[in-house]
Amino acid sequence: MDEITSVFVTESREQLAVLEAALLELENRPGDDDTLNAIFRSAHTIKGGAGVIECGYIVAFTHVVENLLDKLRNAEITLDSNLIALLLGCADHIGNLLGVLEAGAAGPDADLGADGEALLARLQRDWLADKTERAHGGQPAAMPPPIESSGGGAVETDCWHISLRFGADVLRKGMDPLSFLRYLGSIGRIERLETLTDAMPAAEAMDPESCYLGFEISFSSNADKTAIERVFDFVRDDCSLRILPPHSRLSDYVGLINTLPEDPMRLGEILVRVGALTQVELDEGLATQNLAVPGTEQSGDAARASAGAASAEETRPPIGEILVDQKVVQPELVEAAAAKQKQVTEKKAAEARLIRIQADKLDCLIDLVGELVIAGASVSLLASKSGLGELVEATSLTGRLVESIRDAALQLRMVQIGETFNRFNRVVRDTSREMGKDIELVISGGETELDKSMVEKLGDPLMHLVRNAMDHGLEPPAVREASGKPARGRLELNAFHDSGSIVIEVVDDGAGLNRERILAKAIERGLVQPGQALADAEVYNLIFEPGFSTAEKVTNISGRGVGMDVVRRNIQGLRGSVDVSSTLGEGSRFAIRLPLTLAIIDGFLVGVGDAAYVIPLDSVVECIELSAGASERDYVNLRGEVLPLVRLRQMFAIEGEAPQRQNVVVVQYAGTKSGIVVDQLMGEFQTVIKPLGNIFRHIKGIGGSTILGSGEVALILDVQALVQRCARSEEQRATSAPPPRALPAASRT
Amino acid sequence: MATHKKKSAPALAITEDLTIYNAAPLKQRLLDALHASERLEIDLSAVGEIDTAGFQLLVLLKREARRLDKEAHIVAHSETVREVLDFYNMAAAFGDPLLIPAGKA
Repeated sequence: MDEITSVFVTESREQLAVLEAALLELENRPGDDDTLNAIFRSAHTIKGGAGVIECGYIVAFTHVVENLLDKLRNAEITLDSNLIALLLGCADHIGNLLGVLEAGAAGPDADLGADGEALLARLQRDWLADKTERAHGGQPAAMPPPIESSGGGAVETDCWHISLRFGADVLRKGMDPLSFLRYLGSIGRIERLETLTDAMPAAEAMDPESCYLGFEISFSSNADKTAIERVFDFVRDDCSLRILPPHSRLSDYVGLINTLPEDPMRLGEILVRVGALTQVELDEGLATQNLAVPGTEQSGDAARASAGAASAEETRPPIGEILVDQKVVQPELVEAAAAKQKQVTEKKAAEARLIRIQADKLDCLIDLVGELVIAGASVSLLASKSGLGELVEATSLTGRLVESIRDAALQLRMVQIGETFNRFNRVVRDTSREMGKDIELVISGGETELDKSMVEKLGDPLMHLVRNAMDHGLEPPAVREASGKPARGRLELNAFHDSGSIVIEVVDDGAGLNRERILAKAIERGLVQPGQALADAEVYNLIFEPGFSTAEKVTNISGRGVGMDVVRRNIQGLRGSVDVSSTLGEGSRFAIRLPLTLAIIDGFLVGVGDAAYVIPLDSVVECIELSAGASERDYVNLRGEVLPLVRLRQMFAIEGEAPQRQNVVVVQYAGTKSGIVVDQLMGEFQTVIKPLGNIFRHIKGIGGSTILGSGEVALILDVQALVQRCARSEEQRATSAPPPRALPAASRT
Repeated sequence: MATHKKKSAPALAITEDLTIYNAAPLKQRLLDALHASERLEIDLSAVGEIDTAGFQLLVLLKREARRLDKEAHIVAHSETVREVLDFYNMAAAFGDPLLIPAGKA
């Protein structure tokens, strides 16, 4: 029971997201029927699900919303921004109700209830008031003039007749026919219900977790056929459902009897018992039937024992033929059925492309792949030591496969960032209205993929940046026009891959950061000494300082500030960084840079002394030999560019003499290059990142550890920290003791 | 409201929920009990929850009893069991007296 509820809540939240997105889209492109249908479907699915889990308050609320949507769909009312705002409000309310359900409360509390009432009242007063009763979409021709008289006239009953046979797996999938039937009762009245247990095999063969039941139901309701069908949407693929409208022709019933697996005589009796047919009608129907298909009755008797009745079926012509022959099928029903079928297959196809998996199963797989990579490294090491050519070849093949498996496994965790971006449509819409600004959100690179756990943690920092840009960056329309910009502000969310990282940008064309004000503020707060020379980037980065942001707002000028330190901390927690660039009067750009994955990377193995280190391969640009003459200085000339060097031997205080020839690994991070001086280059290595213990958390320059094939531990270098450290120390040296020769400043490009 | 008391036949009291979670062991228990005696009385008055899987077991038991020419009676229904049997319109087919348990049977 709890499981069903939680599935319902998860799925409904997804539906709500779809609904919201569609509403916003509809605001931009009014009159798009497909979008409107999508909205209707979402609302309906939520209602249907709520009905199944018997959550009355969600059904009640959603029902009214659905009525309204139905009117929209029938073009009885037109959509304007007020209505969209109201519908968005309703979507929020449904979200709140889901929250109530999730919390396990019996119903919404007084406040929430009042909110719901208010929304419903507005819906009722403004949009639904003109008609007291909802127009029921085309009740399929209750009494059409017979297309061609055949097999007797219409039967007497004015009830729908529903034949249901549930599939064996229904119960196992957590769905109980009982719930569906009870829900059916909520859209009409079940006049009679007959339970058929014929399909149940003998005791030994009977699987207590399979469902063997069928039902013949006489049902009186004003709902139309689709509405009845929708009741069973959730089991659509697992049940066979046949619905006869009220006053169907007798031959339709005969057709029904033929298609059902049970024996015709017995079914006939049941139909009589349910009240769908009278005895006279049944006799008449079966008489025509027997005339048309001799032999049915005899085989029918035999079939009584076994529910399958396969032998009997062979002798009958397919029901479709009979129906076509007798021209009794109403064209609209055929059309509806065909459309329904199409919809079902489409839905099936969509489902086939997606499976839900529990996240911990995935984590477990990734862990195993990690172990496989480590074990594989050890095998290939042993193979190369053994010197057996064939073994080496075989292990290298396995190694390649392991690599593919690793990539595929990591890919499983990747999700597109577009979903996260799309959430901001609503935020931007609401906030810009609130603040009286006109802001357009432009999203690009939504298909860029990154690790799921990262996406989740990215939401808050992004929200901060977007809010900040709207609040402090983008000016009100009047100000914008005065400074010669279009009145409509532009906010961009971009995502793209860049050398082993993913970059997410929040760009606005607002006022930009005011360097002087920030500097003044920083000096006032004691973050910077007066007279200290700072690059633009450094000044802008001051806004991420904790003291800078929280207390006093710099907002009314142009500097930003609320919680920027939190943004930076969150991003750094993901081993990422955030940079800001800005032009006064033209806008600012916040770029978040994150590593692609948190678990396994391609590494480049290097050696210093006896120890091995791993440099993430994505950041390696090239390797050069360190010429003996340059070995004293901490920079080299790389094709006319100054390349600062980091000497691992000195940095990590490794004992022993440096060998004759040292190598430089040129690495790049965020556009800055530097060289790491090592003793040996040992080649590519698949690296499973193992986090370091808490004690080592504050060590700069080390990103984690990994296990080599030999079982030894190698440290993973944190290229970002190394490059920054290198750039910083160069700058310090440059400012404190200007050397006579050319400034060895880090090249900034 | 009379309580149904007839101690001539062995009574099987089901106390757990008649749901899919218990369906497999319950099936075995019910059938074993049926095979062990000519006339089985089942007390469902303590059943808190019943779903379609549970309902099917009762159907199976009834049918099996008929096949073996034995008798299986449900002598006491809990409110939920009664409600489900009513809903599925099987009370008559089962042919057991539906008694609202007045306190403990």
